[in-house]
Amino acid sequence: MAMMVEVRDLVKYYGPVLAVSRVNFEVAPGEVVGFLGPNGAGKTTTLKILAGFLAPSAGTASINGYDCVTQSLGVRRSLGYLPESVCLYPDLTVSQFLKFAARAKGVEAKKERSEVERVVAACGLEEVRHTLSAALSKGFRQRLGLAQALIGDPPLLILDEPTIGLDPSQIVEIRSMIKELAGSHTVILSSHILPEVSQLCQRVIIINRGQIVASDTPENLSRQLGHGARIGLMVRGPAAEVEAALQAIGGVIQVSCQGEGRYLVEGGDEEDLAPKLARRVVEQGWELMELKAQEFTLEEVFLNLVTEEGS
Amino acid sequence: MKGLSGCLALMRKELTVYFATPIFYLTGFFFLVLAGYFFYTNVLYYSIISFQVVQQAAQNPQVAGQLNPQQMVFRPLLGALAIVLLLLVPLLTMRLLAEEKRSGTAELLFTYPLSDWAVILGKFLAALLVYLILVGLTLTYGVVFAFVARLDWGSLITGYLGLILLGGSCLSLGLFVSSLTENQIVAGVAAFALLLLFWIIGLVQELGSGGPGGIFQYLSMMEHYESFTRGVIDTRDLVYYFSFIYFFLFLTKRQLESRRWRA
Repeated sequence: MAMMVEVRDLVKYYGPVLAVSRVNFEVAPGEVVGFLGPNGAGKTTTLKILAGFLAPSAGTASINGYDCVTQSLGVRRSLGYLPESVCLYPDLTVSQFLKFAARAKGVEAKKERSEVERVVAACGLEEVRHTLSAALSKGFRQRLGLAQALIGDPPLLILDEPTIGLDPSQIVEIRSMIKELAGSHTVILSSHILPEVSQLCQRVIIINRGQIVASDTPENLSRQLGHGARIGLMVRGPAAEVEAALQAIGGVIQVSCQGEGRYLVEGGDEEDLAPKLARRVVEQGWELMELKAQEFTLEEVFLNLVTEEGS
Repeated sequence: MKGLSGCLALMRKELTVYFATPIFYLTGFFFLVLAGYFFYTNVLYYSIISFQVVQQAAQNPQVAGQLNPQQMVFRPLLGALAIVLLLLVPLLTMRLLAEEKRSGTAELLFTYPLSDWAVILGKFLAALLVYLILVGLTLTYGVVFAFVARLDWGSLITGYLGLILLGGSCLSLGLFVSSLTENQIVAGVAAFALLLLFWIIGLVQELGSGGPGGIFQYLSMMEHYESFTRGVIDTRDLVYYFSFIYFFLFLTKRQLESRRWRA
């Protein structure tokens, strides 16, 4: 199957500063991929190159079969782009701006009106359609930015920090819009908000210091990169003794007491840690109230990766 | 065809912005006030001379034949309008590309499927159309004048053709300067300085230097405008203006291309 996005050995220098360093990835049609990384990691630069706004210093990127440098117009016809800071023409009203976007993207004159109506409805812009862009609230600006990306129904959407600066209810709205787009569109979005990425994306690409450090589904990432197992226990028994007994089991790295009989045990990669723990507790005559394997959250995976890279 | 529709899309957007912001109305107002003032004083001068000629006509009948409204009213008017436009054109062009960069809308514009030429021509043609509206309004002077005197429309239209070509050249230079900076004020001031330079560069010739002075004279906008105001269309002047316009639009294209790489 032909890939929607193919990036090979992409490098970008800003003067002497290396922003993106030999990045490789692919995105299949219909996939929703999240770009995750701390600020300044190279997310926005990579997306700008994909959108045809910047040229790479080395390497290639292609979208929908078009090369980002030599076939820039074909690339730009295949995508809708929402920049990180949504910039709009302050002197145009919402509908004037969307009409311009439709014409610029080559929407046929006959379909122009219906296309504008479609995105206005999809992004909930009905009440502000005659408002000047300069007078829009942050939430509406972001929606207008999304609307202009959607116009012309491009197969690929590149959304750079789509929910930044929005209030919680707006974030929920934008996220549900992106979820609706999944399947019919390929979506690449960047974020430094981890729950957002794990909710929305089928695959996460973690980027740090211009390099890809991990790329997998959110579930696999937390499993693989959690470094070993983590088990939560609730035991009725003398706290100090329980802690010491658990610590003594082979394979246990750390036990932390969380109060009210709750303990968190971190172990190595052994699979039979849970039965060992249960057996020991029962042998000692204490009551085992609860035993639960805990997955690492994406935050922890992310911090792990980013700090490992740094050290 | 795709390129053309993109160019038209951009042109319509630029015109919407021109008519939505005060800059067009403000420049239009002052341009027409100044143009009206020059027209009025020229007509006044012409009528005073005419009276004197009528009085002298008894002694010297040939003098009356030399009274020519094109020479005495419209030629100085066209000269004055050109100077006023020198001041106004930077106001029309300074925003075009500088503002896109400053406000960040360039990121949208250059990720739309528009070729660089569509962007440049769309912006240039929008500014040219605004310019044509301003200049076109002064054609009413000719119409008014035609009611009271006989007018050589041919030479007047030729003069206006010169004014349009001159304006086009100034606009292309202004557009180029606007592509160099993010700051509108810098774009405006630099465009004005460059236009002034191209205006007066021919004066070197009058200082009496030979050889290279001729080159400067050929480069001068004023020099080529002269013959149009006399009612003469010279292909050398047409070639000059069309190359001038193309040259600066081409530089603008190169500047936009380089933006992707320098970033």
